[in-house]
Amino acid sequence: MKRRPFLKSTLAASALLLSGLFPYTLHAAETIKVGVLHSLSGTMAISETSLKDMALMTIDEINAKGGVLGKQLEAVVVDPASNWPLFAERGRQLLTQDKVAVTFGCWTSVSRKSVLPVYEELNGLLFYPVQYEGEEMSPNVFYTGAAPNQQAIPAVEYLMSEDGGAAKRYFLLGTDYVYPRTTNKILRAFLISKGVAEKDIEEVYTPFGHSDYQTIVANIKKFSAGGKTAVISTVNGDSNVPFYKELANQGIEATDIPVVAFSVGEEELRGIDTKPLVGQLAAWNYFQSVENPVNTKFVADWKAYAKAKNLPNADTVVTNDPMEATYVGIHMWAQAVEKAGTTDVDKVREAMYGQTFAAPSGYTLTMDKSNHHLHKPVMIGEVQEDGQFEVVWETSSPVRAQPWSPYIEGNDKKPDYAVKSN
Amino acid sequence: MPTALYRFLLSLVLLLPVIAHAGDASDFAAASSSQQAALLERWSAEPDAARLPLLEALQQGRVAADSNKAAFIETDGVYQPADGTAAAAEAPRKLRLNNRLRGLIATAVASHQLLAEDPALRLAAAQQLQKSAKPEQLALLNARVAAEEDDGVRDALSLALANLQLVDNDPAVRLAAVRLLGETGDPLARTRLESLLDPGVESDATVRTAAETSLAQVKRKLLIGELLGQAFSGLSLGSILLLAALGLAITFGLLGVINMAHGEMLMLGAYSTYMVQVLFQRFAPEALALYPLVALPVAFFVTAAIGMALERTVIRHLYGRPLETLLATWGISLILIQLVRVLFGAQNVEVANPYWLSGGIQVLPNLVLPYNRIVIIGFALFVVVLTWLLLNKTRLGLNVRAVTQNRNMAACCGVPTGRVDMLAFGLGSGIAGLGGVALSQIGNVGPDLGQSYIIDSFLVVVLGGVGQLAGSVMAAFGLGIANKILEPQIGAVLGKILILALIILFIQKRPQGLFALKGRVID
Repeated sequence: MKRRPFLKSTLAASALLLSGLFPYTLHAAETIKVGVLHSLSGTMAISETSLKDMALMTIDEINAKGGVLGKQLEAVVVDPASNWPLFAERGRQLLTQDKVAVTFGCWTSVSRKSVLPVYEELNGLLFYPVQYEGEEMSPNVFYTGAAPNQQAIPAVEYLMSEDGGAAKRYFLLGTDYVYPRTTNKILRAFLISKGVAEKDIEEVYTPFGHSDYQTIVANIKKFSAGGKTAVISTVNGDSNVPFYKELANQGIEATDIPVVAFSVGEEELRGIDTKPLVGQLAAWNYFQSVENPVNTKFVADWKAYAKAKNLPNADTVVTNDPMEATYVGIHMWAQAVEKAGTTDVDKVREAMYGQTFAAPSGYTLTMDKSNHHLHKPVMIGEVQEDGQFEVVWETSSPVRAQPWSPYIEGNDKKPDYAVKSN
Repeated sequence: MPTALYRFLLSLVLLLPVIAHAGDASDFAAASSSQQAALLERWSAEPDAARLPLLEALQQGRVAADSNKAAFIETDGVYQPADGTAAAAEAPRKLRLNNRLRGLIATAVASHQLLAEDPALRLAAAQQLQKSAKPEQLALLNARVAAEEDDGVRDALSLALANLQLVDNDPAVRLAAVRLLGETGDPLARTRLESLLDPGVESDATVRTAAETSLAQVKRKLLIGELLGQAFSGLSLGSILLLAALGLAITFGLLGVINMAHGEMLMLGAYSTYMVQVLFQRFAPEALALYPLVALPVAFFVTAAIGMALERTVIRHLYGRPLETLLATWGISLILIQLVRVLFGAQNVEVANPYWLSGGIQVLPNLVLPYNRIVIIGFALFVVVLTWLLLNKTRLGLNVRAVTQNRNMAACCGVPTGRVDMLAFGLGSGIAGLGGVALSQIGNVGPDLGQSYIIDSFLVVVLGGVGQLAGSVMAAFGLGIANKILEPQIGAVLGKILILALIILFIQKRPQGLFALKGRVID
């Protein structure tokens, strides 16, 4: 009972104080609205919730330094509930009702494909932070995750090398949807161009949420009898746990058959008993374990933020690649707005080209001058017992993205700059 | 930076012979990864008992080096100089290994263990070498086969040797090797023998014919392993479906409640397992391996209590109104999911297999039966027997059967139908909780766990025949085996679709399911 009046008076007093100190921040409509479009419920909540929190942390960080163009950023968080058509609806709501200057969001390719027409129609601006299959380059989207040549292809080159085990046969295992199918199409063409025979490539898909990997693991074993085999896994989300458990229980170790995964990161390993996975590989553009001052601060900030905001399991939070991409994307956008002097989408787009940012990955990342993708370093990490990765191989410098993969027919005629899809 | 490091290492290695022979460990620590590989290959060919501790330390990731590239071996957190050199200037850093080196280390350890006293160690070593022996080890293996006293180890060694002798210069040696390989069921032998069928590879016609005979033998053995493997995985999938569906066979099958919250009972059972595991970790870490056993009663009572509470507060008001029950239980399932998400977070929680549920038993060279699956098959049968006894040999079971067959008549005879409903719903939920414990050992534990099993559970109960336990058992194993027969032929996605189509056709023909209650049943 006593607490409330006290709270009220302190709030009133601080408000007065603030209004005295920063006369401009309290003017109505003097904030810049920023949309956050990530699923907070449904199947994708497991991955996307942390991206929403990371976006809010980055916005707080920018606000603490005085905001953008002297204005504070105001996050508008909506929940598309892992429902692909709802992404389009919520996106439209952000653009027409909330009039956000920019949106950070989406995880699955199908959700991005769902909002894309809305953003192109209303000339919105979307930052997409997840590694994906390429085959897209919209003027209304900036892609801060990896294109196939920044993740999948270097990973396969590593497996072909002496240190990666000099694999001769490749088992491509994925969940049945657009990202694994397209990635495997590119990888198959790439492998064949490297002289791997058709009979040495096997492609297998499972439904979403598949949990019985007995037959597939038995097939992998059978396949591996024909020569040094590597598994390239685009298995998504939850299904990875039963897959790796089955591998371990059937006695397959990373030294016999290495598995390199494109969708398993620190966040996914949080819910897993990592003992059976030790030595398995993942390819990303960032790992929490990379050592440099920017990353040390980034990880510490994130842990402090999780504690302060009382996020679930705050004591075990980790950072991962899409979170880093979110962080980099928001900062680059803020820089571009400062450069353009306005939040107008067309001007910000121009200002984004060539924008640079010292990222937690330890490299200064550059937004390409024409193709809307970041130049990113590629790293291969090995799973450790504590659920972290140790980098065993990395590129010497950031790689330019090839969203139109040269390994897919007809792509050589596509322009290397963004055009609306229709 | 990497090139600078490489140059530094290279110069060190070049200097090595000049400085002095610093010892194996330091040689290794100073080498580049390809030189490390060469070293390991050399060591595999010329084992030296004194090197074994170093190799074992490498295998366990206990070898470190300081900035002078002097090697140290860590034992219980203390770094000891590996080659008797002086103590490190600063804290040494663990050597970085990759999978290729780890494989070579395993081979090197095996070839060193061929000299071990213990025949079991020698046998394991020989079996490792069957997989990974290199041509450079030919002389070593020849010597060991001649010197070996234990019959089992010698046989294993001869096989490892035979793999290398396939490219021997003497056709007689090749012929013997080919014949020997025919007696194994090793999947690797198949590829090796297949390559010999090509006249370009194998010039001798007798050896080619022998290879053909051996190949046929190996293929037959492999086929047996494959068929047994398929049968086992079918049984295993069936037992999982059964555990997921058994609770529903009571709540939906017997009581007739279209219980969409059944999946969440599985989920709550799994989360109870997680909680028990956390408590063990905190209060009794020494008995951690036993936590699944304690989790069983805990999960049963937790889910049974929640089930009974739901029945008393919501479901009993909806008896006889299936559509409203459907919606209400679906709503309950959403509430439970979100509740767990708020309490435990949207992330999956970590439920680790205890050691006795990890790994598997090697039955044939191409057939490994994982322990967790064997235990779950046994557990599923145990739960079925338990449920059957409860329903057929106890007073409660008698009452439940009476109420499901004719509620009014049972009430007239003095059966407290309300209480029986509550207890039966509790029993069904509790059994779902037990299923949850089992599921936590093979898959994910997260708020959405139940969603992925609810459809399969309904399929099993509907296919088996509503109201029949035996039907559910048959349906679960039937679906499991059918799924595993179809999957290798047409893939997991198409397999699932085809199974669904088949079930729909079957239900068209026999709406009452596999087993139907005979005689007069209400509605």
